[in-house]
Amino acid sequence: MADSSNELTRPVKRLGDRIFSGTALGAGVLILVTLAGVGLFLTIEGLPGFTADSSATQPADNFVGLAGPLVFGTVLSATLALMLAVPLAVGVALFISHYAPRRLSQGLGYLVDLLAAVPSVVYGLWGIIFLAPKLVPIYRWLENNVGWIPFFSGPTLASGRNMATVAVVLAVMILPIITAICREIFLQTPTLHEEAALALGATRWEMIRMAVFPYGRSGIVSAAMLGLGRALGETLAVTLVLSPAILYSFNFIGAQNPSTIASNIALQFPEASGLEVSVLIATGLVLFLITFVVNFAARAVVNRRSEFSGAN
Amino acid sequence: MAKSIDVTDLDIYYGDFKAVEDVNVTIPAKQVTAFIGPSGCGKSTFLRALNRMHEVIPGAYVDGKVLVDGQDLYAVEVDPVAVRRQVGMVFQRPNPFPTMSIYENVIAGMRLNNKKMKKSEADDVVESALRAADLWGEVNERLARPGSGLSGGQQQRLCIARAIAVQPQVLLMDEPCSALDPISTSAIEDLIHELKANYTIVIVTHNMQQAARVSDDTAFFNLVGTGKPGRLIEFGETRKIFSNPDEKATEDYISGRFG
Ligand SMILES: Nc1ncnc2c1ncn2[C@@H]1O[C@H](COP(=O)(O)OP(=O)(O)OP(=O)(O)O)[C@@H](O)[C@H]1O
Ligand SMILES: [Mg+2]
Repeated sequence: MADSSNELTRPVKRLGDRIFSGTALGAGVLILVTLAGVGLFLTIEGLPGFTADSSATQPADNFVGLAGPLVFGTVLSATLALMLAVPLAVGVALFISHYAPRRLSQGLGYLVDLLAAVPSVVYGLWGIIFLAPKLVPIYRWLENNVGWIPFFSGPTLASGRNMATVAVVLAVMILPIITAICREIFLQTPTLHEEAALALGATRWEMIRMAVFPYGRSGIVSAAMLGLGRALGETLAVTLVLSPAILYSFNFIGAQNPSTIASNIALQFPEASGLEVSVLIATGLVLFLITFVVNFAARAVVNRRSEFSGAN
Repeated sequence: MAKSIDVTDLDIYYGDFKAVEDVNVTIPAKQVTAFIGPSGCGKSTFLRALNRMHEVIPGAYVDGKVLVDGQDLYAVEVDPVAVRRQVGMVFQRPNPFPTMSIYENVIAGMRLNNKKMKKSEADDVVESALRAADLWGEVNERLARPGSGLSGGQQQRLCIARAIAVQPQVLLMDEPCSALDPISTSAIEDLIHELKANYTIVIVTHNMQQAARVSDDTAFFNLVGTGKPGRLIEFGETRKIFSNPDEKATEDYISGRFG
């Protein structure tokens, strides 16, 4: 009894706690260190590239002339892919989580997870060999009927290698991961909230809008960002499908299409030397920064209404 | 318009498991009816069968008739969504929509029925529902704040406001006070007294005093044995059930001499 006050004041620390907090801290620090290391490497190695002259930035005159169109192509292809993939992924995820009979939904769930694991080179080959020719009639139709819209002015190549095909291939690539995450999130909607909506006389779709989407909003944004990250950095699929050029163009089905940063690095790196390498690394740094900006923007979107997230 | 509920030969299942058996009862209009009974005897299950919320659970179904104003809720041509618009429900745990403001929570049910409501109309509905739920004074200056920022008792009254905003014929409440302090509980009991002028109210409660205080009629449910379905043992005026019940089991349960 005498030392019971001692017992109470001594902090309780078990081995498990110490190991866990140690590893958690270690892992967190490791991530930051890696990130800082990558950033530092890119900055130091890439710095000379920013001021390189036309000899190292062919076919452009200077760094901005080269990197600008690449950034444009990267952001454009990834955005288009996201615009195609997110609505579809949300739809498929909803079907699996809230509409399909239980046995079917399990099978579909496995299938989606499986697709997420297919390497991107497979998607790239599929895109160029199978998908692109199949899409050509659609492009032709677009060119002939709505060609006055700058996006579809053409002319379409018979091979179908253009920005639109890249977007579709990228969309197919990122679809499974977005779907898998959305499905997981939709399944976690609290029954309490679903029943609150149903008890008010909501139809299933109304219930989804009242309970499932609001609850899953930040998760959907995160899933989309993960997909966007993959699309931004995707190298092989883009390299395989596109015949690259350095230009700005909103003509998705034309013969000349802007390349992307990752694809350009993959194509140019083997033959690059000296300052050219610095230029490529500098474009890599730009890609690194784009990813950061995108992620911060997404966080900001999610946090804007965090008060209403139900976390309190 | 309050309506009475006639239940005939109702069996309620969760897949193969029969949870409630052979219920026959008439729940009178504009009265408060309390369901009492030991845990697991099927009070919640029966309550949820009265607005077709039971079938929301995968594999769950019922067999029998539930007539509200002469219309069988389980007739093939009846849409469960329409049933739930007429028979409102308040749950054991307060469940305001966390992403909606207090205002949006109250108006949520109305928005489903009538998408294009004038702002002034909506304001009126919100105010009268919140007044009826005795919450107006506490929240009228922060209607745009999230509903989940209220206290538990306030949240529960918000849920009641949300349920009565659509003016249902019947209001079902599953242990609405079980998570609340005595003051909030008393506020909700007062509220139930006021609401019964306009609504048929069914309330599940584990609190005998509460059943005695708020209800006009009481239904006692019990389990015949473990693993057996629950049954309605006795139904009658609350005064009679609590002073002089017909069944021994009812008396034992109420006097606390239960198993
Ligand atoms: N979702 C479910 N799936 C399968 N069985 C269920 C489900 N919910 C309840 N049951 C079973 O149905 C029976 C009745 O449960 P119910 O929840 O209606 O009891 P209750 O009277 O409301 O109890 P309590 O007073 O503890 O709330 C119990 O045997 C329970 O195990
Ligand atoms: Mg219950």
